[in-house]
Amino acid sequence: MGRYVLRRLLQLIPVFFGTTFLIYYLVWAVPGDPFAGKCGDRRCPDSYIQFMTEKYHLDDPIWMQYGTYMKNLLQGDFGQNFSGRDISDILITAYPNTLKLALVALAIEALIGLTAGVLTGLRRNGFLDNLVLVSTLFLIALPTFVTGFVLQYLFGVQWKIINPTVSNSPTFAELLVPGFVLGSISMAYIARLARTSIAENRRADYVRTAIAKGLPQRRVVGVHLLRNSLIPVVTYLGTDLGALMGGAIITEGIFGINGIGRTVYRSIVTKEGAVVVSIVVVLVLVYLLMNLLVDLLYAALDPRIRYE
Amino acid sequence: MSDPTMGSMVTPPAEQPTVPATTVAPDAGTPRRKEKPRGLLGDAWYDLRRKPLFWISTAFILLFVLMAAFPSLFTSVDPSHGELSRSRVEPSANGWFGYDVQGRDVYARVIHGAEASIVVAVLATIGTVLLGGTIGMLAGYRGGWVDAILSRVADVFFGIPFVLGAIVILFALNPPGSTRDKYSIMGIVVASLVILTWPVSMRIMRSAVLSTKEADYIVAARAMGAGPGRIILKHLLPNCLAPVLVYSTILIGSFIGAEATLSFLGVGLKSPVVSWGIMINEAQQFIRVSPFLLLFPAGFLVVAVLSFVMLGETVREALDPKLR
Repeated sequence: MGRYVLRRLLQLIPVFFGTTFLIYYLVWAVPGDPFAGKCGDRRCPDSYIQFMTEKYHLDDPIWMQYGTYMKNLLQGDFGQNFSGRDISDILITAYPNTLKLALVALAIEALIGLTAGVLTGLRRNGFLDNLVLVSTLFLIALPTFVTGFVLQYLFGVQWKIINPTVSNSPTFAELLVPGFVLGSISMAYIARLARTSIAENRRADYVRTAIAKGLPQRRVVGVHLLRNSLIPVVTYLGTDLGALMGGAIITEGIFGINGIGRTVYRSIVTKEGAVVVSIVVVLVLVYLLMNLLVDLLYAALDPRIRYE
Repeated sequence: MSDPTMGSMVTPPAEQPTVPATTVAPDAGTPRRKEKPRGLLGDAWYDLRRKPLFWISTAFILLFVLMAAFPSLFTSVDPSHGELSRSRVEPSANGWFGYDVQGRDVYARVIHGAEASIVVAVLATIGTVLLGGTIGMLAGYRGGWVDAILSRVADVFFGIPFVLGAIVILFALNPPGSTRDKYSIMGIVVASLVILTWPVSMRIMRSAVLSTKEADYIVAARAMGAGPGRIILKHLLPNCLAPVLVYSTILIGSFIGAEATLSFLGVGLKSPVVSWGIMINEAQQFIRVSPFLLLFPAGFLVVAVLSFVMLGETVREALDPKLR
């Protein structure tokens, strides 16, 4: 087990550096002058440009810039943006909102998706089953921004149940509708995943044994069937957290949530390479570590899986 | 569906077709029936013909393809001709879907929008399947250090969050305010979609190859002196293609959604190109006063994505004997 974790962690290193360098390179390749418009309508004075170029090592080749950035990062220093604000400060304001949104989405998709999946898995080919199958397909086909606009229009404008946009540091209640929008597609996957998994396991020998022993239906389903069927769902939920945070840009834009999506978008436009990369660094870390965690959890949930 | 890398999840891991068994054994699903034995494809076709969903989605897809190829069959109105006097006029007998803020006919624009969406989605899918399939085949067949390196490279691209990566790439290649013609912008969008999604088809292909390459007939072919080129083209490819193809049908659907998402964010296709995403982008400011502007392009978009996803689902079910 320890050796497996170590090997996985070692494998993460090239992926981590590759991904961050790729993003760094791309942001660097975005054409445009980072100091355009920094000094009002006029061009910035040469002394200022020279000072900034030197301070942020903008004249160095990309490899060296990336190296300097990474060296500082490994010491816990994210650096500063061009206005001199600490990037770690920007991350601290933006990340909690996105994380909150992603968690709300995760909770909603787990709750609704699982319920639908378990109910339909137990009764295949009924009315409910077909309803869920069709509606999950429909949810999968709806791009996030369409769901977002439709719900915002219905709930916020037409029925006035919620505010169309959320406040600067939103509460969980405010994030319910945005969370539903963000999680809607994964919800459909979870419902389908749980359905197939339950339907498959229902024919397993251990379920027949449990029924033959005379266990009540509640115990057969609740203990024997669910525990074994939920393994793929749990792993999916784990990897989804990273995907939700990375995919929140659109939802954040529609509902005006002050999260990483907005910050990234603004930073790309103003060529704040370091900010973009810092946000991506944290996202990629979350994503990679969640993947590792899920793989370990897999072994814990299913004793048949052993890591050497 | 705004993230095509999730497309693989339409077929959740648990129900991914175990294809080697399906294509290798010609009698995969035959014992139940008494007619003459059919191959896997014949069997799948037998199954598909009976499914209404298959025919419905095929009909819709044909309709959209027709729309993309010959928009003049459906409308003779110029989609970019605007008259400000009819700005945001509601749907009526003259303009079935109403007129947008510049007084352009929404019906004509929705019809003409099919072209950009479908062309981008199909090209990107072909690119993803070719690139990912080739690399996956190489990684699976060679194994060893080639596999290790290629898999890590795929991990790097897979680790980039889709929307974020697409925004960065498109900003770099297609900065706002640049004046490129329609086709080069389309090419850039296709390229960015391919760059961010190829790892998925690479992984599907790789795992299919891994489970096929130890099969007896491959060993036999090698024993008879077949070179790697012959083994890959004649034996591995036909037997590993099915899961990638099923995935690619679903992928076309998710690429249509992704293209719309990127255009909606203002980094993908741009006016004067007509696409559903651009229309939704333009309509969002008027969502409170003229929701119909959003409704029609969004409706077409959803139906198009749904048709492809549904087709992929039915084909996958037909190809997977376990689910019968």
